[in-house]
Parts: sequence; structure tokens; C-alpha cells
Amino acid sequence: MMGEQTAPSKATFRIWRGNAEGGSFKDYSTEVSPGMVVLDAVHLIQAQQAPDLAARWNCKAGKCGSCSAEINGSPRLMCMTRLNALPLTRPITIEPMKAFPRIKDLVTDVSWNYEVKKRIPEFKPRPPDGPNGEWRMSQEDVDRVQEFRKCIECFLCQDVCHVLRDHRLHSEFAGPRHFVFTAALELHPLDSVDRTEAVRQTQGVGYCNITKCCTNVCPENITITDNAIIPLKERVVDRYYDPLYKLFRIFKK
Amino acid sequence: MADYQTFEHDVLVIGAGGAGLRAAIEASALGVKVAVVSKSLLGKAHTVMAEGGIAAAMGNVDERDNWRVHFADTMRGGQYVNNWRMAEIHAKESPARVRELEAWGALFDRTKDGRILQRNFGGHRYPRLAHVGDRTGLEMIRTLQDHGIHRGIDFHMECTVLRILKDGDRVAGAFGYDRERGRFRLWKAKAIVLATGGIGRAYKITSNSWEYTGDGHSLAYHAGADLTEMEYVQFHPTGMIWPPSVAGILVTEGVRGEGGVLRNSQGRRFMFDDIPANYRAQTADTEEEGWRYTQGDKDARRPPELLTRDHVARCIVREIKEGRGSPHGGVFLDISWIKERIPDAAERIKRKLPSMYHQFKQLADIDITKEPMEVGPTTHYMMGGVMVDAETQMSSVPGLFAAGECAAGLHGANRLGGNSLSDLLVFGKRAGEYAAKYAKEVRAGSINRDEVDAVARWALGPFDRYASGNGEGPYQIQQDLQAMMQDLVGIVRREAEMQRALDEIAALWKRAHGAAVPGNREYNSGWHTALDLHNLLTVSELITLAALARKESRGAHFRDDFPSKDDARGLTNIIMRKGSDGRPELTVKPVAEMPAELKQIIAEMK
Repeated sequence: MMGEQTAPSKATFRIWRGNAEGGSFKDYSTEVSPGMVVLDAVHLIQAQQAPDLAARWNCKAGKCGSCSAEINGSPRLMCMTRLNALPLTRPITIEPMKAFPRIKDLVTDVSWNYEVKKRIPEFKPRPPDGPNGEWRMSQEDVDRVQEFRKCIECFLCQDVCHVLRDHRLHSEFAGPRHFVFTAALELHPLDSVDRTEAVRQTQGVGYCNITKCCTNVCPENITITDNAIIPLKERVVDRYYDPLYKLFRIFKK
Repeated sequence: MADYQTFEHDVLVIGAGGAGLRAAIEASALGVKVAVVSKSLLGKAHTVMAEGGIAAAMGNVDERDNWRVHFADTMRGGQYVNNWRMAEIHAKESPARVRELEAWGALFDRTKDGRILQRNFGGHRYPRLAHVGDRTGLEMIRTLQDHGIHRGIDFHMECTVLRILKDGDRVAGAFGYDRERGRFRLWKAKAIVLATGGIGRAYKITSNSWEYTGDGHSLAYHAGADLTEMEYVQFHPTGMIWPPSVAGILVTEGVRGEGGVLRNSQGRRFMFDDIPANYRAQTADTEEEGWRYTQGDKDARRPPELLTRDHVARCIVREIKEGRGSPHGGVFLDISWIKERIPDAAERIKRKLPSMYHQFKQLADIDITKEPMEVGPTTHYMMGGVMVDAETQMSSVPGLFAAGECAAGLHGANRLGGNSLSDLLVFGKRAGEYAAKYAKEVRAGSINRDEVDAVARWALGPFDRYASGNGEGPYQIQQDLQAMMQDLVGIVRREAEMQRALDEIAALWKRAHGAAVPGNREYNSGWHTALDLHNLLTVSELITLAALARKESRGAHFRDDFPSKDDARGLTNIIMRKGSDGRPELTVKPVAEMPAELKQIIAEMK
């Protein structure tokens, strides 16, 4: 059965409070009980001490990707971070993601992600295989894409990516989430669109220097760098830097 | 005068889950100007939580399946108070809606010959649920989202609607606010589609997110629309119960579909002890037969764990009440036992139920491939809602449409698992289609500025009361309501308790009118909670009144004081609307007569 928690019955949460103009950390001490996650503590603090504390959440089961934040400095889902995995003798810091503009407290403006996605050429299937609009695909082919389609759009990979977080290259670089998205489309057994040019030009895949920070924070354990970004980089290299392909393209024109 | 931004559209869709997105896509395909308003970010709506699959009689796994069987299963599950025409349309159209999702990029698990794989689920005679492991809802919402963003639809993310505005009898727009900055918005629209989901946050133990505060139910009711079947709240038999902070989180029925069994503290499979008469012919006689069914044996009948959700939930409650529960007050759900039957059990469980495996591992330190889970009932789904026309999904208010969980009719007294995702697609599409057609035929209505000003003043009340030092915080009011509904209008209902619930609701209304919050309008969770109370209390009151009026037990509605089904008097729909005195009015109508051919189908499938 459930391992009993040896943690103290009270813990301190150091939560960033503020808005786009600025803010500071504020300490809240609250009761903790067995099995609690960080999001539970945030809810308790809202209900008892800070009713106007801003935090996004929805499913509370790691399925929707709404409650992303930085807990003791690491990008995590608040709903899937158990308190017994944290050192409760010290204050637990909770702060908003850093790669996006702040709105209020733990809530950031993630709308940029939605704009980037809209610019990626959409899925277009080959004609159906059967008269009733049906396609035939093997489970094996589907499985290759499923890893990417597990993504819950929590944007923690975007948050930790130094191209966005430190270099703020949001206008030139789509970020790990959108490479996963593009890889899913490119590997889709039915898709008929070529996005290699988009990956190179508008998504700026070249900026990624494969430090795998994104892979490390993914709550869905998607092997972002190895399985999505590197194959996309290879496609770009094959297309634009492979001499044979270059020749082929010249003749095609 | 209230300060607000104005937007103009032909069709306004409220809600961005499966039904809302499907409606918006359809309306937009018909060439009208469409906006979607959602309380959360795009792609986060509750549809994302759906696990098991989409019910559609495609017959890919068992060629005996067709719309007739699906129709009969849906009506039997709903105890024959369903809107038969909706059940018929749903059964006929869901296969096409699933294939359409595939055309938009959804990737379902496959059969050996490369078609869409279908799995067993409670109350469905044949394997019928198209699925992607146990994350079908994510696949569905992401597909609709990624398709929808390229269709020229305007998305208003993180906005709450407070009121449907009318011009005379018909819809003219909606008024609300954006959650980020707290600024008011007016959306003028010729037609509105409500797709706001359910009411789970009226209860303490629920699988539903904060969004499920009955907004669509309440908006429609206060706009004068008829609501029906409000007494039917589905308690899903298997929610997590331990540790306390995860209580209510859903454990998919897919666990039982894959061979998981329910046991009490004595190790007994108690579901074999009580099989309802109308399901006896379809239910396995032995554990052996039940196992063969879950493994695809077409000659075997389903194990009693896959009986309808209302029945399984009540059996679990009985075991707990009679002292045969698990240590934390539930029962055991065991999938790990299949290792006695198949060699690669752990791998199979992880592949078929990956989210369940991670959920228990991360949140409860339980490895479901090695040990049983502890589960108990959790408030899951609202069968009742806006009464709509089966073909068009229009409510009794011209121009106001509803689809998905906030609409009523398809599921009757109890919804079958898997029928909600197909409901969203089939009726989301129809709502969008007919809302667009309606919008093309009417002129825009005019907005009553005084009404807008009054709503704005009401919405800012919690700040005014705080400033003047009056009122109490909203969270405690919400928690008291949830605890009360759980205790008094829950799985097992009694006259006296529900009368008490009405008194408590009246007292809670008074407290809600006095709710006060500090801070400003920027992303203020307390303020949002204070405003949500209005909807939660509206639906709680309607549920209680309907449950009091139904003096029998049927489907999800179980009365301890009237424990039997009463087909002589109970084959009715309870219809509710806001009376001229502002109080709910109840009308009881016999269920509509079914055409002879559909009666015939039901008789054949008995």
C-alpha cells in the first residue's frame, strides 16, 4: 500500500506574486497531508490565505498540461509533483515559466505557441484506400507517431529551451514542442505534405544544439531530441546540403 | 455604463471541448463567421480526459455490429427514457464522424488488417470503441484543435460567459469577461451553440475539472430554455480514492474491458452476485466465460464488471456499506491477475493502459501490473441538460443550440461509456450545421444596454462587498455546497435528505449573494469562483428538484425510499424551466412514442 509520508505536517511555499510590471516571492505556510501534490498546496493557499492567487489548472491528473510552473527551479507540472519528492524542511519555491511573458503570479502568456503552430502547414491525407473513406495502416506505422501525439502541450520543453529562455529567439525558432508536432505530421502514415523547407526556414531547427534539456523535462517522456529534432535536422541536411540531392533539384527545376 | 469590447459573429460557440470545436468547424465550413469562447486555453477542455474510446458501430472487430445494435444498447443503458430519435441519429452517424477524424489526422489503434481497432466497453454488446490506448480524448481534442485553427475561426481563450442576451424571444449575443485581465466582452451573435460540458464541481468527489460548473445548463435556464433529465447524474464506478488528494480522479473502464476484475476485501468477485434481469442473457455465467469475452472470444458473454456504470457503482457502494470494502473505503480493481493467464501481462498492461499505469505509479505509488488498485465511485457525467430538437440541436429558445454534455436526450437515465465522445462529434456537427443555417436566415438582434450594465454591476459585486467590509470568501461556500450535494443528493437518495438539501441550497444562495473577494480583476481565482457559484447553485437546485420529483429508481437516479423501477408511471421526462416568478417550473411528460421499426429493433435485441 501507500508509503506513509514522513514529511512534517506543515511546509512553507515561496510563491512568486506579481504581474508583467514586476513582483516578488511571498511565503505561505500551510498544512500538508499524505499524497499531496504541489497543486494541492496552491489550492489550499488560494482557499485559506490568498484568494486572488493566479494559477492555471484543469485535469489534475497530468493529462491536460495546464499547470506548468518552475518548482525549486525545475520546470514541472504542479499536479504531478508529489510533496514527498521535495525537501520540505526548506521553503518550496514556485514560480512562473520564464520563457513566456508574465501575466499574473504563476500564469504566463503562452499565446505565442498557438501562433507558431498555426504557421505549420496542416495535415493533408492521401486519398482514402476504401470507398467508405477508410484508410488501412499497420499498427507498427501508427506506433512510430504515437510517441509524439502523447504531447499534452504543457510547454515545459519550450520553457527550458535556452534558445527561447535565454536567447529569446521566439521570432526565429519554433521550439521543441513544434518540432515534435512537425515530426508527428512528417511521420504520419497518411500525410502528403512536405514540411522540410518550413523546418529549415520558418522554424529555425538549426538553432537547436541538442543539449536535450527538453527531453529531460517532458512529463510524457517523449524523446524529443533524439526522435523528433535530430531526424528533422537530418532531413534538412539531406535536402539542402547533400550534393546529389542538390543536383536533383537543379534538374527538377 | 459598463466598459466593454464588442465582437460580432454569425455563430458563437461557447466551449472548446469536442462538441464546441466540432460545431465551430461545421459552422465555419458553411461560410458563416464563427467565434469560439472557452474558459481554458485551447486543447485543455475536459474532453482531453476521456480515456476509453469513441463508440461507433463500424463492425471492424465483430462484423455482427451495426447501428441497430448500437441503438438498442444505448436505449437499454438509458432505461428507455432517452430521446429515441437522438439515439437513432447517433448510432447511424458516429461511424462517419470517426472516419472524418481520421481524415483530419487522428491516429487510432489498428486491427491486424489495418483498420480502426475497436474495444469492449460496459453495456456495448460488441467491441465498438475506436481508441488510442487510454488517451483517446487527447487524440480527439488535438485533432479537432489542429484542424480547427486553420478554418478561419476566431478563438477567445480564457473567457467566461455570464449571460445569454436576447432580443425578444431569440438570441442576440452573450456577455462575459476575459479571465486574464478581467475586462468585459460583448459577443453579438445570431446563433449561439452551448457546448460547456457538465456539472461535476457541484459535488465533492468528482473526476471533473474546475471548469465543470454547469455554465451552459445555467445560461440556458436563465435565458428561458427548457432543461430535462436533470435527476440523472452519473457516478462512475471507478475513481481513485487514495491518497486523499487524488480522490475522484478517473480510472478508465478500459481496465475492466482489458480483463480487470472487481473484488471485495474477502477476495470475492461480487459483481457476479447481482446481475439485473434485463442484462442476464448478455452476461457471462462464469469467471472463465468473462475472461474469454475480454480476450475477443465471440461466443462468450461479457463479465458482470462490464454492466452499466449505474449498476456497478451501486454494487460497489453496497460492498463498502456492508463492511467488505478496501482499507481506504473502496473496493479492489485488479488487472495484475491476468499474469495468471498470459505470459507478457505486465507489458500488455503498460501498452494498453499507459496513462493508468503512470497515474497510479506517480500519484499513489502503486504498480498496477503487480497489485490491485483501490477504487470507488466518482461524480463523472451529467445526462441531463438543455432539451434540444434531435435533428437540429436547437433549444426552446430560438437561436440557442446545445451539444454534448450540456444537452440532454441521447443518454436517458444512464450513459454508456464511449457514447460521450461520439455524442460530441455527431451532435456537435449537427449543432454547428443548423446554427449556421439559422444564422443565415435571421437578422442580428439588438442588445439591451441596460441588461448588459446590470450584469456588469452584478459581476463586480464581490469587489464592492469586500471594499465595504462585508461578505465572506467564495471558496468555503463552494466547498460547503460540494459536501452537501455529495451527502444529500448523491448516489443513494432519500426524500427527507433532499428536502434538507433544498433548505441548504437556499441558505447557500444567500451566502453566495454576499460573496466577497480582495484584489483586482486580473486573473483573480477568487473572483472567478465567486461568479461560478451562481451556476453551481442553479444546477444543484434543479438536480435536487428533479430527483425529488422522480419517485422511483431508474438508471443513475437511485431512491432508497423507492428502490424499484416503476415502468407504469416512470417512463417520463421531467422538464424544467424558469417560471415567470423566477422559480423553477416542473412539467412531467410521457416519453415520446417510438416508431414501430425501432420498437422492433429493441424487441429483437432483448
